[in-house]
Amino acid sequence: MIEIENLSKSFGQLVVLDNISLYVSEGENLVVFGRSGQGKSVLLKCIIGLLSPDNGNILVDGKNIVALNLKELNEVRKNIGFLFQSAALYDSMTVRENLAFPLKRNFPNLTDKEINDKVEYTLELVSLEYAIDKMPSELSGGMKKRVGLARSIITDPKLMLYDEPTTGLDPITTKEISELILNLQKKFNMTSVIVTHDLICAEIIADRAIFLKDAKIAYEGTIEELTKSNVPFLKNFFSHELIKA
Amino acid sequence: MKLPKHRYGRKLNFQDNVYNFFTTITGLTIFNIEFFKQAFLPPYEIPEVKKHMDELGVKTFGIVSVTGFIIGLVLAMQSQPVLTKFGASDFLPGMVALSVVRELGPVMAALIFAGRVSSGIGAELGSMRVTEQIDAMEVTGVNPFKYLVVTRVIATTMILPILTIYMIVIAIFGGYLAILITESINFRYYIDSVILSIEFGDFVPGVAKTFVFGYIVGIVGAYKGYTTEGGTEGVGRASTTAVVLASLLILIFDMILVKITLWLWPTLG
Ligand SMILES: Nc1ncnc2c1ncn2[C@@H]1O[C@H](COP(=O)(O)OP(=O)(O)O)[C@@H](O)[C@H]1O
Ligand SMILES: [Mg+2]
Repeated sequence: MIEIENLSKSFGQLVVLDNISLYVSEGENLVVFGRSGQGKSVLLKCIIGLLSPDNGNILVDGKNIVALNLKELNEVRKNIGFLFQSAALYDSMTVRENLAFPLKRNFPNLTDKEINDKVEYTLELVSLEYAIDKMPSELSGGMKKRVGLARSIITDPKLMLYDEPTTGLDPITTKEISELILNLQKKFNMTSVIVTHDLICAEIIADRAIFLKDAKIAYEGTIEELTKSNVPFLKNFFSHELIKA
Repeated sequence: MKLPKHRYGRKLNFQDNVYNFFTTITGLTIFNIEFFKQAFLPPYEIPEVKKHMDELGVKTFGIVSVTGFIIGLVLAMQSQPVLTKFGASDFLPGMVALSVVRELGPVMAALIFAGRVSSGIGAELGSMRVTEQIDAMEVTGVNPFKYLVVTRVIATTMILPILTIYMIVIAIFGGYLAILITESINFRYYIDSVILSIEFGDFVPGVAKTFVFGYIVGIVGAYKGYTTEGGTEGVGRASTTAVVLASLLILIFDMILVKITLWLWPTLG
């Protein structure tokens, strides 16, 4: 589903990603760990073409994101959902309008009824039917994340990119959202890349995990392998995560 | 579109400020070019333009009414004793009308519009930028520059001339009330003198330049908002710098446009 070859990205002097290669197969849930500021968001933004890398290729479904023009890129993006770290709900629109927006934009032939049905169905998936006519400012952090999630899956993407879906949420909400993500993967056979530093979330979701450090993929393996590892850095990282959780 | 970045920080030295000055000029120029590249290509997002025009009208209607009324009133009150002293009080309606139509109406309306709308657009797009709403739009396959920037700039360009005409009418009415306080003056007579004193060459250039001012308000607010960096602090900065820059550019362009008008219609001088 995703093939990344020798990806590099710097901002000025700051090297954020240095020659990274990564493969994500279809239907897989890959968790990306890393401390703050290690380029996790940058990696996701490169995959969806929001940032253009300095070097390397990113193949999504066989198409090289880096080489596409905007029109072709948008065509590929129709199959990708992106949950932003801040949920990024449009704050001038209601929940309903937020969800309808990508549908109206990408499928201009849908009738109002079809759009409405789809919006209601998707909100049900995240158990937020009752919030359909609320404004984003009326929602709690966890609800925003769920609406954001609903908005990004409403176009039935084959690939989902999650940027810290559970950061800042309480453990119970964290669990709920993580299980939701897992269910989506099972139900729609989605491929997912999940950026997080939340072990609860990762343990529920991950098939495999990588650890970004110093602009490289420093460690790779299953969650179990990483958490049980004897590498001091990983031990330190995960012990802090456990205390926090 | 690749825009140069400003330098931010607590302590900016003189070089940083000079650098930022040129960064703004370059950035704004690129932004303008992008606007003209995109404005004439479909999709035109007409419902969005209409929505913004409605909102702008509602947002500025009150303040424009009050300001217009006060400008007309004060202008007449201040000029009345002077003109009377020189035995020229008959010229009062015409004087009020000419000042308001040629200069005060367009420039005051534009400055108020800048204060209210540039800051609004700057803050709105700025917070959309820092909360990743603009990125979210982009990954949905929507062109955010078109959807957010072009529609707003078109709306401000179209609405300011309308507001200006409205403000001129209110100001002229305010002038009438000011005269009425001290002497009995027939409304018919007042309006007739106003209409007689205004010529095509006064009205058209006066209102025409507000298209330019409206464009400035929109594009500056959008530029500052769209390029916001640095979280909530950046949003505040975008909103205030937008007002300052837009007001400054309005005055500079007013100067240039008055010069051009006088060159095209030398009789006005
Ligand atoms: N658009 C940008 N311009 C400049 N620097 C950026 C930009 N985006 C991210 N960075 C920098 O790149 C580094 C990695 O950022 P990010 O990927 O957001 O970290 P995280 O792993 O916490 O998600 C940070 O130091 C950040 O300051
Ligand atoms: Mg991040």
